[in-house]
Amino acid sequence: MMGIPGNWRLRKQRYQLAGTRCRDCGTIHFPPRQVCPRCKNRHLSDFKLSGKGTVYSYTTIYQTTPKFQFFVPYVVALIDLEEGPRITAQLTDVDPEAVTIGMPVEMVLRKISEQGERGLIHYGYKFRPRLR
Amino acid sequence: MADVLKPERPVGIVGYGAYIPRYRLPAREIARIWRGTQEAEVLPVDQKSVPGPDEDTITMAIEAAENALMRAGIAPEVIRAVWIGSESHPYAVKPSGTIVAQALGITPNVSTADFEFACKAGTEAMQAGFGFVGGRMADYVLTIAMDTAQGRPGDALEYTAAAGGAAFVIGPAEHSLALLEGAFSYVTDTPDFFRRAHQLYPEHGHRFTGEPAYFHHIVHAAQKLMEGLQRRPPDYAAVVFHQPNTKFPFKVAKMLGFREEQVRTGLLAPFIGNTYAGASPLGLTAVLDLARPGDRILVVSFGSGAGSDALSFQVTERIEERRTRAPLTQTYIQRAKSIDYATYAKWRNKIVMH
Ligand SMILES: [Zn+2]
Repeated sequence: MMGIPGNWRLRKQRYQLAGTRCRDCGTIHFPPRQVCPRCKNRHLSDFKLSGKGTVYSYTTIYQTTPKFQFFVPYVVALIDLEEGPRITAQLTDVDPEAVTIGMPVEMVLRKISEQGERGLIHYGYKFRPRLR
Repeated sequence: MADVLKPERPVGIVGYGAYIPRYRLPAREIARIWRGTQEAEVLPVDQKSVPGPDEDTITMAIEAAENALMRAGIAPEVIRAVWIGSESHPYAVKPSGTIVAQALGITPNVSTADFEFACKAGTEAMQAGFGFVGGRMADYVLTIAMDTAQGRPGDALEYTAAAGGAAFVIGPAEHSLALLEGAFSYVTDTPDFFRRAHQLYPEHGHRFTGEPAYFHHIVHAAQKLMEGLQRRPPDYAAVVFHQPNTKFPFKVAKMLGFREEQVRTGLLAPFIGNTYAGASPLGLTAVLDLARPGDRILVVSFGSGAGSDALSFQVTERIEERRTRAPLTQTYIQRAKSIDYATYAKWRNKIVMH
């Protein structure tokens, strides 16, 4: 399990979908990169993704680790973001039977897990059917 | 007579945003579990909003605030204070405002604070925001009123204790969609509602919560503000009262001389229940969604055991363009999925695991 410092370092990425953009070829990466996988250079700038995308594929989770058991059944999807990157994320505010390939979705910030009753609450991005 | 509260620098609401979770628990479903379904039974609301299993005051505050920032059309970095009023902050010790400000891209050059206790915490944060901007400490403050209220299973409060709220970007009058005409706060020690440390659910005064509490504080706050501003009920296009149920707002409106039509647009309790600190601020968003330039709006909060804040606004021509930049409050009200009591009991941690 990731400790408090590890979660703290990832907060921009998890809270704001903060990625990187290559200043040479324009490719947008999420998660953020140190080196552009396309042109192999380090000319990268921070880039905040819009959080809009569509479902590329999905699966419904019924059995999972104790950390996520509270949320079953839930849907995990591959999402094609408008800016290009394809990411994996949980869907929320949707019934599993209502999810379709190509469904427009948008990022929301939700509780991902809790470290028990005494530990930290972890927040991060999920996606829901587009409302905005 | 005490003066109306008003800063020397004119201030107002620059952006507003609502949030209501997707799930609804019908009041008859609570009645089915705890007292049996009876014909022609009068329940305090039709249904209440329930947060999803991955939602809390912080996640809901973030979405309402995003909507408010979209309407304001300003960069997050210009916000210099984030103040959140709620009686359901997820941490007992750690400000919700830190997480909300970080997620919105407002950190680190910002003041954050949480306001707490009863249904008045949201308007308290707004009052402080008006003063902060009015005193030229900063140009923009984000204030949020949000709750995920809980009632003891089977208790009268369980029928109405709901989730939702609103966010407001407070700023200079010249950028506002609604100008603050003045405010008035009225507080006494009337202990009709309280929760001691480490208790899961609040205690409340049953019938005591009506006359000496809700009606006394709202009537006095509203009357003193209207007297100070030399306004009368017909001057207002709409009035929003704290709404613990469907009945009280209509009754207090009548006591003050308002007509039912002035209450109806901002009365959301029948559809979503009592969103506590979020209740009157959320009602204000529903009124702003339909307001016309020049309209006057009176908002009077009430927190049981906490008192009342009354706020008088006048809508400007900026409302027309800005309201379309984010989802209307009705969009969230209509995004509704009913759940049963068992699902609610699981999500709201009412099942004890042995
Ligand atoms: Zn590149």
